[in-house]
Amino acid sequence: MAKKITLINGGLLNMIIQRLCRQLIENHKDFSSTILIGLQPRGVFFMERIVEEFAKSGHVVKWGIVDPTFYRDDFRIHDKPLLAKSTDMKHSVEGMNVVLIDDVLYTGRTIRAGMEGLMEYGRPKSVELLVLIDRKKGREVPIEATYVGKEVESFDNQRVRVMWKSEGEKEDHVIFLND
Amino acid sequence: MKLSTKHLIAIEPLTKTDIDLIFSQADEFKEVLNRPIKKVPSLRDITVANLFFENSTRTRLSFELAEKRLGADVVNFSASTSSVKKGETLIDTVNNILAMKVDMVVMRHASPGACQFLSERTNAVVVNAGDGTHEHPTQGLLDAFSIREKLGAVKGKKVVIVGDITHSRVALSNIYCLQKLGAEVMVCGPTTLIPKHIESLGVKVEHNLQRALEWCDVANMLRIQLERQDAGIPYFPSLREYTELFGLTQDRLNSLGKEIVIMHPGPINRGVEISSEVADGNNSIILNQVENGVAIRMASIFLLAQGIKRVS
Repeated sequence: MAKKITLINGGLLNMIIQRLCRQLIENHKDFSSTILIGLQPRGVFFMERIVEEFAKSGHVVKWGIVDPTFYRDDFRIHDKPLLAKSTDMKHSVEGMNVVLIDDVLYTGRTIRAGMEGLMEYGRPKSVELLVLIDRKKGREVPIEATYVGKEVESFDNQRVRVMWKSEGEKEDHVIFLND
Repeated sequence: MKLSTKHLIAIEPLTKTDIDLIFSQADEFKEVLNRPIKKVPSLRDITVANLFFENSTRTRLSFELAEKRLGADVVNFSASTSSVKKGETLIDTVNNILAMKVDMVVMRHASPGACQFLSERTNAVVVNAGDGTHEHPTQGLLDAFSIREKLGAVKGKKVVIVGDITHSRVALSNIYCLQKLGAEVMVCGPTTLIPKHIESLGVKVEHNLQRALEWCDVANMLRIQLERQDAGIPYFPSLREYTELFGLTQDRLNSLGKEIVIMHPGPINRGVEISSEVADGNNSIILNQVENGVAIRMASIFLLAQGIKRVS
């Protein structure tokens, strides 16, 4: 049975998300040439939370959802098959400033696959990465985030999971699972 | 969740979960097919051989497109231009092709059971693209997928399959697939073209097209397979009489007082089993079936390929 420890509670997570939103506003001004891209599966919850936060302050921002499954490098390696989730791209990313969004950055491989998937929708002007949790140890490809909610030191046998209200939790929070 | 099968030989042994899994992935591949770049790199280290021992246009093109859009390398083989004409056996032909390091074989063959036979004798993943009068699993899947797309669900829908049921692998795959998804199935045609004891599969049998159409939500019109009918003893007096009794015309459709969905697996014999007006009409989803065929084949191959473990 995995042991659960709460790493970030709802109040603190709220403050972190507000800070990340302010950083985005500072760098992207009116968002006219910016698009937020949530990575399936769990980056989508985070992206939706950010869009919701922006709506509170009257900022309208374009968004899309990319599924990295078809571009993953671990296809046919695990016993559990990789299954594709929905991609929802109503806007082209040609010439846009893209903010790629995922909940946890660990090995960096999902982000690499996500970037490849993203490029199918055009050539962005720039791509930034926003993550809620950056697990500093364990990177397997040279990818770093532009915006980080919280850095976390963790071991390989630990898992970090962000739980969202929109998936039925009482409040948004982050947990550590020790296997 | 993964498929319960290593090969795709028939719908009969599949579970509803398998079919739902294929459909869920086909939904995502439909999105891929509508992108400006219609290709993903998932199968870039997989080689697929398309072995067509029987003629085919649509299925072969559809499989080839599906494989290429998944990034696989593709080799094609057709019996008419091969050493089969020189007397080579099926297993020798296939073993020679597999010696060239092929991972997956998509085969169409005139003998029922040919794909099962092959799957028991090779290490490659085998996909049945039609084996004689047995099954055509990807057609069954894409037909049910097209009904789901058009009507929102397959469960509870009434589907009639009209025509040459005896010689049709499409009919058998459709019956199994639709029933597993909870549809009611009826077959309709002349007595001579309906297999004896087909009721044992749980399907209704009707010999009057008008009554069948009044019952159904969907009519899947099949072609008369003259090439599979024994020469000498005709199954019905004439094509003209067949068309009179079992051909779907606009007048017949208008007489129903309700809308039904029209399907046809192709190739169509216009003016025989279906009139041009109906085939090209608003209720026809014949071209949607063709489009969905590529997505269903991409999904099937994508899921089956995950059983081929990568060697490092």
